[in-house]
Amino acid sequence: MGIKVLKSGLHSTIQDIGRIGLQALGVGVSGAMDVYAMRMANILVGNNEKEAVMEITWIGPVLEFEQDGVISLFGAEMSPTINRETIQMGCPILVRKGDVLRLGVSKKGCRCYLAIRGGFDVSSVFGSKSTYSLGEFGGFKGRALQEGDTIYWNEVSLMKNLSSNWRLSPKLNHYQNNNVIRFVAGKQYSWFTENSQNVFASQLYTVTLDSNRTGYRLCGEQSLKVENDKELLTEGTVFGTIQIPQNGQPIVLMADRQPTGGYPKIGEVITVDLRVLAQKKPKDMIYFQPVSLKEAHQQLILLEKEIKLVKKIVNQKLEVES
Amino acid sequence: MHSFHPLGDSAIIVHFDGDSSSEIHGKIVSLASMLQGSELDGFLEAVPSYTTLTIHYNPLLIGKDDPYEYVCRQVDLLIKKLPAHTDLAGRQVDIPVCYGGDFGPDLDYVASYHNLSVQEVIAIHMEPIYPVYFLGFSPGFPYLGGLLPKLETPRKETPRKTIPKGSVGIAGRQTGIYPLGSPGGWQIIGQTPLRLFSINQDSPALLQPGDNIRFYPISRQQFMDWGKEDGN
Repeated sequence: MGIKVLKSGLHSTIQDIGRIGLQALGVGVSGAMDVYAMRMANILVGNNEKEAVMEITWIGPVLEFEQDGVISLFGAEMSPTINRETIQMGCPILVRKGDVLRLGVSKKGCRCYLAIRGGFDVSSVFGSKSTYSLGEFGGFKGRALQEGDTIYWNEVSLMKNLSSNWRLSPKLNHYQNNNVIRFVAGKQYSWFTENSQNVFASQLYTVTLDSNRTGYRLCGEQSLKVENDKELLTEGTVFGTIQIPQNGQPIVLMADRQPTGGYPKIGEVITVDLRVLAQKKPKDMIYFQPVSLKEAHQQLILLEKEIKLVKKIVNQKLEVES
Repeated sequence: MHSFHPLGDSAIIVHFDGDSSSEIHGKIVSLASMLQGSELDGFLEAVPSYTTLTIHYNPLLIGKDDPYEYVCRQVDLLIKKLPAHTDLAGRQVDIPVCYGGDFGPDLDYVASYHNLSVQEVIAIHMEPIYPVYFLGFSPGFPYLGGLLPKLETPRKETPRKTIPKGSVGIAGRQTGIYPLGSPGGWQIIGQTPLRLFSINQDSPALLQPGDNIRFYPISRQQFMDWGKEDGN
């Protein structure tokens, strides 16, 4: 029950929702960059939403299936084909022994999630299957997939009556078109000059090439300034913390961040917009918009309701087809 | 004195003020262990630093109108239960270090920077008991207090591309140990054969916040032979 990696693509790793509970030991959380897309991919094949998936970045891999299986793709549009024939995203797909799945260069978005019914057969390290590159553990041998690797999955029943006459509405992917990233003010927000606060919430920022799973380095025309050169003692961070180092250009900490950081935090991206940012690639442009903590929580509850609704509908479909 | 600050929509930072860093440290470590044992709704994990405890929570698991307010209130109740003076019963961990030579390429520089002999630098470095404030930066990396001011040394102007794991260094007012090989700008004065982090252990990190460590010297031969007996 293996998938053979014929070409690795730019950066493909195994991720779940992350490794929670070891940050106090200095271990990063990791996990999928776009957890929403990861959950959708799992829902589509009837997996537990938190099951590990393959996160495929920007340039896709070429994969050969050594057995029949059921897969799904959700997230960035990477022109997927099986045996050179275009396949749909956002639905379960039956793959046959010997089939070759190709994903190309992303046309929209940056990260596509491949789920397989039954889940990837990699061991859980400290409660998570996520790849932690810095610590070289978790996922597939603690690293990104390489040409020649074979990754296995857990055997489960195939879906014999798979009709493939339905797929999720493309509207569920529209978040990738957004370029407004909402944030709540951070602990050191008041350290920044009034001018810097205004600039941050109004100027256009470009995602630079120096952006990855650890952090997104952004570049804006005007740099931000802290009043009186205050210095910060290292303290906790989250996925979405917007740090401003001395050069005044933001770094947004992402899934592979360190648990603590020493730069002033102007704010934190709200959880529902992390998926928007995670789908941005270098040269994409974004704005930041301040919102209240209450708004952030309300948005989170709304998105969760949406996911639950999709799950309910998909499960009804899958019951008929399995 | 303490204050609460949101860290996005899924974490809060509790900031402690006070005159004594050891008292703040004691409160942070005690509060973190109280939280581990509590049944606070939505609690995920607590991460100590020098003057703060970051508490991660899942707002969706707290069926309240204002999850932030709820977590702050519950944590405030726990803080009120903290004893006025927290004497940390941290373990003492002895760390063997082979100072100088290949293992400590910057020992000579540190000595000449302070007009001390190499032996004096080693003796001064071994003298204090260093509290482990917290772990961060990389798995098992301890942020230590207690470096004597007479050994404070600026970072290297050009960071090294690779520093071997176990390296013991000085950077400004801090001393520390690199658990993994990585680039870095610390002045490296020695190396320990101990593993600070291993995924194959029940307790993966050798050190915990609240521990106290002490360095002691070993010879090059002892370093090479280290762990041979117990198969590490």
